[in-house]
Amino acid sequence: MKKNENEIFRLDYDVILNLVEFNSKVLDLGCGDGELLYRLKKEKNCLVRGVEISTTGVVESLEKGLSVYQGDINEGLKDYPDKSFDYVILSYTLQELLKPELVLNETLRVGKKVIVSFPNFGNWKIRLYLLLKGRMPKSKILPFEWYNTPNIHLITIKDFRIYCMEKNIKVLKEIPINLDKRFNQFLVNRFRNLFAQFVIYLIYK
Amino acid sequence: MSDYESNEIKIKDNKKSIGIVKTEYIEVTEPITLVSGKTLEKIRIAYEMYGKLNEEKTNVILICHALSGDAHAAGYHTPNDKKPGWWDGMIGPDKSFDTNKYCVICSNFLGSCNGTTGPSSINPKTNKPYGLTFPIITIKDMVNVQKILLDKLGIKKIFCVTGGSIGGMQVLEWAISYPDMVKLAIPIATTSSLSAQGIAFNEVGRQAIMMDPNWNNGNYYDSDKKPDKGLSLARMIGHITYLSDDIMDIKFARRLQNRSQLGFDFLTEFQVESYLHHQGSTFIKRFDANSYLYITKAMDYFDLAAEYGSLENAFANVQAAFLVISFSTDWLFPSSESKEIVRALRYCNKEVSYSEIQSLYGHDAFLLEFEKMKILIKSFFKAYENEEK
Repeated sequence: MKKNENEIFRLDYDVILNLVEFNSKVLDLGCGDGELLYRLKKEKNCLVRGVEISTTGVVESLEKGLSVYQGDINEGLKDYPDKSFDYVILSYTLQELLKPELVLNETLRVGKKVIVSFPNFGNWKIRLYLLLKGRMPKSKILPFEWYNTPNIHLITIKDFRIYCMEKNIKVLKEIPINLDKRFNQFLVNRFRNLFAQFVIYLIYK
Repeated sequence: MSDYESNEIKIKDNKKSIGIVKTEYIEVTEPITLVSGKTLEKIRIAYEMYGKLNEEKTNVILICHALSGDAHAAGYHTPNDKKPGWWDGMIGPDKSFDTNKYCVICSNFLGSCNGTTGPSSINPKTNKPYGLTFPIITIKDMVNVQKILLDKLGIKKIFCVTGGSIGGMQVLEWAISYPDMVKLAIPIATTSSLSAQGIAFNEVGRQAIMMDPNWNNGNYYDSDKKPDKGLSLARMIGHITYLSDDIMDIKFARRLQNRSQLGFDFLTEFQVESYLHHQGSTFIKRFDANSYLYITKAMDYFDLAAEYGSLENAFANVQAAFLVISFSTDWLFPSSESKEIVRALRYCNKEVSYSEIQSLYGHDAFLLEFEKMKILIKSFFKAYENEEK
């Protein structure tokens, strides 16, 4: 995990922890070092599972005593029965997936509810960056160059809303976040696609 | 000398060893009833023990060996030994199975020929070697005999049970048969039921032995002529299945052995031929042909789903947390079979982690990829060691 991403993850995790009910069965796809799962286990008494592709992530998750499966989530979840988890989490992972639609379909099949969080590419600063500089936008939460970014499927809040509508996915919650605490929270809430830096969804199908 | 052996000698030079060890024996005089319904009146169990057993007797790591293995898992029997025990890279001070912290026990399984009772042992009723009168044994029988050993040693809890290949089958059987005893289980490069391909290779190996005229229906112990050719051929076939296409190409390619050009004859020409012959001819010095038949049969019979109705049923009562490890180029016990174990455990809401280690070594990787396994095993242990404190 990059240092400048720490704050985002912490906030993301805090919000997700609030969304998940006690004693739930949770699957985290792309669980990284397992921090979120560890907190869900300790603070919410959840039965937790992780899937992670990197050996570093798997090792860090193992050290936390978590059940982690080393694998590529782009291959789908064929070993997982329908609705076998209360929640499936895609925290900050959707935009990194090779096959986001396949994975989303799979999470909605396996999870009774799905929590998805991603950086909002519709944020005004990103729009201005592209408009004024004419270059691929970089920011605190998107710090990469075009040639080394893991974020290969960037989306806006509006994109995701339309996608859910078209695919008949029910949105239970949409939580817009702006990391700048001085920023007017009313504006973030009112004009989400413009002022949210990232967003957390609670959805189901 | 093959790469395989030179690798092992490197380990001797570079890594810390637990030093000189000794095989111990226990005589069991109570009759044992086997899965087949047959009984063995009395048996002997060979085992080795490394590191210190703590006062509560809770720091035991039980090692289950594979087809040709024995109780000698680590260290050296004498300072002149060319090779250490078969899993020396895993067992010792600061290694995966750290003898500074844990008491590591490995016993030779039932049916083998390295100290524990098997078809080459003397039948107390006839005072002659059992040969084919030895009853058919199963993986469960092997585990039950290991349980007897632990009972005799006064050990009621196992911190971790682990092993590769048939050793991994025993690990699964342990967690299922004695769920209260096992805290952690690490089955490596294994399966919950041997595939048709696995049975096929085993059968070809058995046929090689049984077609050797010296085999004589298993009665060769009094004779000067042993079924060496058959056993050697069985081992050669086995070794093909333990390697991968990639590693064969790296180790041997089409290189010739002791000659610079093709000889237009049927002598051993290619390095890969020489390697297989070497494996065959060293194997017959240390292994019994009948044991080979019985052990491969036990592998063939292993099918947890059939035994318990389904794999989910088999795992329903296990309490151990699992770390399942497979290797990317292992085609004898492919990753898909490890994933099936993981799937069923997950279905039963058991704690189960899985890693496929990237390796060129094929099935043999479990005897070679020490560092890659160590990273996983150490971190897996860490969480549960903290829990102990």
